[in-house]
Amino acid sequence: MTGISTGSITDGEGTATAAASPTAAPGAITQVKKFNIDTVEHAAKTPDTELPWAELGLKQNEFDEIVKVLGRRPTGAELAMYSVMWSEHCSYKSSKNHLRQFGQKVTEDMKKDMLVGIGENAGVTNLGDGWAVTFKIESHNSPSFVEPYQGAATGIGGIVRDIISMGARPVAVMDPLRFGAIDHPDTARVMHGAVAGIGGYGNSLGLPNIGGEMVFDSVYQGNPLVNALAVGVMRHEDIRLANASGKGNKVVLFGARTGGDGIGGASVLASESFDDTKPSKRPAVQVGDPFAEKVLIECCLELFKGSLVEGIQDLGAAGISCATSELASNGDGGMQVELTSVLLRDPTLTPGEILMSESQERMMAVVTPENVEAFEAVMDKWAVEYSWLGEVTDTGRLIITWEGEVIVDVDPRTVAHDGPVYDRPFARPEWQDAVQADTFTGSVQDAGRPAAPAELAKAVTELVASPNMCSKSWITDQYDRYVGGNTSMAFPDDAGVVRVDEESGLGVALATDANGRYTYLDPYHGAQLALAEAYRNVATSGAIPMAVSDCLNFGSPEDPDVMWQLAEAIRGLSDACMVLGIPVTGGNVSLYNQTGSTPIHPSPVVAVLGKLDDVARRTPSGWREDGQAIYLLGTTGAELDGSEWANMRGHLGGQPPKADLEAERALGEILINASRDGMIDSAHDLSEGGLAAALVESSLRYGVGARIALQDVLDRDGVDLFTALFSESQGRAVVGVPRSEEVRFTDMCTARGFAHTRIGVVDAASGTLEINGVESLSLDALREAHEGTLPKYFG
Amino acid sequence: MTELPLIGEASTVAAEPPLAGARIGVVTFPGTLDDRDAARAVRLAGGTAVELWHADKELGDVDAVILPGGFSYGDYLRAGAIARFAPLMSKIIDAANSDAKLPVLGICNGFQILTESHLLPGSMIKNDHLKFLCRDQVLRVENSNTAWTVDYQAGQEITIPLKNQDGQYIADEKTLDALEAEGRVVFRYVGFNPNGSRRDIAGISNAAGNVVGLMPHPEHAVEAGFGPESLDGVGGSDTDGLGFFTSVLTKIVGGK
Repeated sequence: MTGISTGSITDGEGTATAAASPTAAPGAITQVKKFNIDTVEHAAKTPDTELPWAELGLKQNEFDEIVKVLGRRPTGAELAMYSVMWSEHCSYKSSKNHLRQFGQKVTEDMKKDMLVGIGENAGVTNLGDGWAVTFKIESHNSPSFVEPYQGAATGIGGIVRDIISMGARPVAVMDPLRFGAIDHPDTARVMHGAVAGIGGYGNSLGLPNIGGEMVFDSVYQGNPLVNALAVGVMRHEDIRLANASGKGNKVVLFGARTGGDGIGGASVLASESFDDTKPSKRPAVQVGDPFAEKVLIECCLELFKGSLVEGIQDLGAAGISCATSELASNGDGGMQVELTSVLLRDPTLTPGEILMSESQERMMAVVTPENVEAFEAVMDKWAVEYSWLGEVTDTGRLIITWEGEVIVDVDPRTVAHDGPVYDRPFARPEWQDAVQADTFTGSVQDAGRPAAPAELAKAVTELVASPNMCSKSWITDQYDRYVGGNTSMAFPDDAGVVRVDEESGLGVALATDANGRYTYLDPYHGAQLALAEAYRNVATSGAIPMAVSDCLNFGSPEDPDVMWQLAEAIRGLSDACMVLGIPVTGGNVSLYNQTGSTPIHPSPVVAVLGKLDDVARRTPSGWREDGQAIYLLGTTGAELDGSEWANMRGHLGGQPPKADLEAERALGEILINASRDGMIDSAHDLSEGGLAAALVESSLRYGVGARIALQDVLDRDGVDLFTALFSESQGRAVVGVPRSEEVRFTDMCTARGFAHTRIGVVDAASGTLEINGVESLSLDALREAHEGTLPKYFG
Repeated sequence: MTELPLIGEASTVAAEPPLAGARIGVVTFPGTLDDRDAARAVRLAGGTAVELWHADKELGDVDAVILPGGFSYGDYLRAGAIARFAPLMSKIIDAANSDAKLPVLGICNGFQILTESHLLPGSMIKNDHLKFLCRDQVLRVENSNTAWTVDYQAGQEITIPLKNQDGQYIADEKTLDALEAEGRVVFRYVGFNPNGSRRDIAGISNAAGNVVGLMPHPEHAVEAGFGPESLDGVGGSDTDGLGFFTSVLTKIVGGK
């Protein structure tokens, strides 16, 4: 399975072996010892040994730097560690200089609820009443293209372990997905595999899946995006950090055994684009065991409850290399580990392979000698395997031995934190001006724009049946949204809502959003629009937005065009966080998402977390009470560039909708206050697909129709009916207002100076959506169109 | 099991004294997922939920037992096949078959464990469409005389969530005929058979009516704001499943 990547490492040590014992024939190692090991002592004596640093993804300057740091050539095991930890995936070497803005553009006010910021496994936000919440979004893109089921499954597994590592009980997951064209033959492979993997793994953990996204676009054909978000809650006193402190404390590895899976995954798979000319590393995808993960969750929570661990770290990318170096470098001393103590699935693994293995469902912890017995009792109760690897020292060095011989002797900071940082050149692409000048209105694709009532009705139906706007229940029905008994809202509402405290009803709301087309047209504003939409979705549910986690999916940073997109997106996002007053608490960067020289659309997926004092007050996205008034909040401009409508007509050009963050904030306050004071019964944000999509979705939510007249909007905003329906102007929402609350609600909007227009009324008996100027739309027909698309393509 | 969950604990419902005395055990196997939910359902119905651990050698002082949903031991062999051999299961099997006729409810994986244990006939195989399916399911209560259904009316339709991968109930024709003839088909799917189960069977009982198993999840329809009506708006109510838990309390307090 891992023949090629294993081979390159074995070659490395084989070379060293040959140098050490000149009589041994390379490649035919049959000594009593399973393999000769490349010790530190040996490395010091053999400076000229050729090492396969290039095959492990290191550049010449990086290898030279390692030699400089160590003052000698690295051993095979050290090379394995540095190569994975200095990979783009683990070191953020291309993005680090830009990501700093998330930590710099922060006001005191934004920090007040941040208990743990960027840098730990996941940030922690104060919810009040002694509760804290931690959440994070990550990518598992490349593995999910290679092996969709396991790639997506282990994506869930990894992000959930990040959450456990903070001391939290995971309470929900979400999966934003972006695949290739819906009708491309390979899309079905990725779709079936990834959705089954997310379901198969996530459903087995007892975590409700409460939302996400599904976008189809041919730009993702060879680089599907499988992002995974997990959220967990804890009491303040349970917060745990990944550090190894206290000389003499024991280091333990527990959970699944270490096998050959995922070797090379971190450095190779996620850092290089798929290029046919290089040897394939594709089999190096990890395989997940959700049962082992579920047991690990419960077992860790029991450890936390008994305060039995001093520090804890999950094993993800770069496995033991990452866990030992991060724990040691975050602590106050050093660490000594005997690698032969690691329990193995495959006894033939070499030291380098053990250090790089990405076997899933493993955790590393630091335990005081007094707690060893209690720790072992918890392991035994849950039948979890563990092995004591070594202890915390005061040497400041990470020393790893193999049968007592030193094979790694490094300053852990140089592995975990002091990797290379690049100021990659970037420049606004030459093609950007031409793209932005190519507006949809008046283009070839805009010919025959619908205007007559029958044409508009057909257009609305076509929109809600289109791949990106259609119902995603084919996917979400394969996920468990009920387990835990605390799910208060889930897909297709704007945000997922989970109760945290059964006594008070305290809960959290989460939404993830990104629009790759907007970001392609304008990375700075496109990233802001992603944040604005997630923020709006959370506020629409009635929750107060509190924190941001982002998953930045981009092409190769070595392409100055892509690097510019990344730099602009980070600048835009960090600026927008300042305006909206919510900090980024964590996230992940996924680069090299490109096939050949063609990158994906820049896709910063932004997750926003909000807080509800009582989830009973959450606002669903559909109306149901007959006679309630329907209001449109916000104003509509002629903003069709980058829209779903333009996308359906095969056009991508112009400027994305304007991002007015102050207006988003004002809209958010209205939605939150209206929810808290019981002024609205439904709210749905307007985003992709504009008002047309929102009206249909709010009607189909509970199967209750409405009568809509948009003349006031047309007059006020100076747009035609088509534009009013299909424009994607931001900062808008439709709300259902009980008659008894209308005066209070409109007074509030007026007092805040926010545009609001009564556009219709809920009509429960009609079974139709009636829009003046548009032929009557029966809800049955709309539902058939909306829900029929995914089953048609995927069975 | 003595662990208190971080969340999902300590329901606020003040129980009526007579019912609070009824102790309903909820078994946790490694891989069990819906144990906290089942315990919450017991509390919301007014009873006392008692946490039971699969490795326990004794059943202890409980008046009824719930085997909740999940993937016991990962269910990599066959759903429920390993859980059936847990130390506590042999005690539950004995108690269910004893003269005392301990009420036992198996939900989803619990139902699978009950068939593997031969407390209930038949077996569950993969859904006919081969996918995991989570949906709100309408059921008809066919038998309102079991320990877990006395608070329903025969013929009553209820909506509770269904979520499983291996939910297709199968048995030979003779067994199915016998179940029908003896009134042991307790629940039937209405409107849509979500998994290909024979004769639309969603749940069955043993001959005495103290052991009931079903695939859908009544414990996910016990609380306003968190059930099928709130999440999906399909009609019915959020609390159609509560009757399972009040039924057994009624039965226990009423002296069986």
